[in-house]
Amino acid sequence: MKTVELITPLDEAQLAGLEAGDKVLLSGEIYTARDAAHKRLVALIEEGKELPFDLRGAVIYYVGPAPARPGQVMNSAGPTTSYRMDVFTPLLLEHGLKGTIGKGPRSMKVRESMVKNGGIYLAAVGGAAAGIASAVRKAEVIAYEDLGPEAIRRLVVERMPLFVVNDIRGNDLFELGVAEYRREGTN
Amino acid sequence: MRELDVARITEAVRELSIETNIYLPDDVKNALREALDREESPLGREILQVILENLDIAEREKMPICQDTGVAIVFLEVGQDVHLTGGDLEGAINEGVRQGYSEGYLRKSMVDDPVMRRKNTTDNTPAIIYTRIVPGDRVKITFAPKGGGAENMSEVRMMTAADGIEGVKDFVVDRVARSGGNPCPPIVVGVGIGGSFERCAMLAKEALMRPIGESNPDPEYDSVEKELLKRINNLGIGPQGLGGRTTALAVHIRTVPCHIASMPVAVNVQCHASRHAERTL
Repeated sequence: MKTVELITPLDEAQLAGLEAGDKVLLSGEIYTARDAAHKRLVALIEEGKELPFDLRGAVIYYVGPAPARPGQVMNSAGPTTSYRMDVFTPLLLEHGLKGTIGKGPRSMKVRESMVKNGGIYLAAVGGAAAGIASAVRKAEVIAYEDLGPEAIRRLVVERMPLFVVNDIRGNDLFELGVAEYRREGTN
Repeated sequence: MRELDVARITEAVRELSIETNIYLPDDVKNALREALDREESPLGREILQVILENLDIAEREKMPICQDTGVAIVFLEVGQDVHLTGGDLEGAINEGVRQGYSEGYLRKSMVDDPVMRRKNTTDNTPAIIYTRIVPGDRVKITFAPKGGGAENMSEVRMMTAADGIEGVKDFVVDRVARSGGNPCPPIVVGVGIGGSFERCAMLAKEALMRPIGESNPDPEYDSVEKELLKRINNLGIGPQGLGGRTTALAVHIRTVPCHIASMPVAVNVQCHASRHAERTL
């Protein structure tokens, strides 16, 4: 396990050396999107329309932040559960998305798509939302303001602490970690 | 008969909305600290440390522990000798939620229609309110903001007497195993057994309100809780599901009588941010 600094947009060369279990400190622009925004993004792709941000090399953070107080850049902003986005993710990976951030495991389809398209999945610590906010330097809504907490925001993050769950070779930290600490019976 | 203006209920709900989202109960904090001492996985320990540090940051900065500040679950015990004045009770509770979620800069997570429209109601109402009429002249409000990620991992199963306690145990362990890292472990597991389809689900949620470390008053169920906790922690799911020995902080069981044909069982999963507080007026 190693700690790697990553800066967006991501490319294959940056991801080649990453392994499930590595720590990442992520900097640069990332985009927030969750259930409702994903539905709209996928509809736009299917209709052949332009997306509100460039997917190539992009990282999507599955989060619906608490509203910021006056003068505050970002209020609490921890990850939401990723499996709800699984049905949308392969299409986004095919269109250039390189990274997703959330919590909880991904489906086999998403994992296969990450291997095929060279993408990674990173875990943020769910519930550690006040701490995560301190890595956010800038935040602005760029699309779907009507969705409130589910709007798409462009965030500028600085050394956001994450763990690599799925690397581009198909390893999965959930599988590896659980296998190591599983015990039989009730002892 | 004692009179109580519902404005006081609004005020209490407003305060509880904000407080529960910033301050975790001491029993939960202690359980997380004890988990850190026990956890074998280095990554699991690191995650528990991040979770504990986050609690400090939330208290210091007056920020919500989690961005998912939940659906507002309200358990009300209304003394039968109380006359509520000044407006309607449910309206007063919703007004408290509206004010608390706005003034506390908490996330509004409710949509108006569950399927077709899913438009955000923008004030986190309506609250989910359960009212019981009890003896006395007090009103007790228990406020529990419930996040979506853990709630989604919950389940009701209509079991039979033949399934017995072993069937119940297997169901609970299986439900947690299938949840993996999704509900933000370490979790608290609420189990409701008996009653009817909806009653057992209520019991499971009420079981989550019991302080961690307080034993089940029934010694037989107490030993089942302890066994289940061991079995769940032996799943290896660990903090955030990334592997470790701390998958659950506690298993709490509540039971009520049921029909001779039935054995309804509900599992309500609670994330590590086990937020709840009470106030008596």
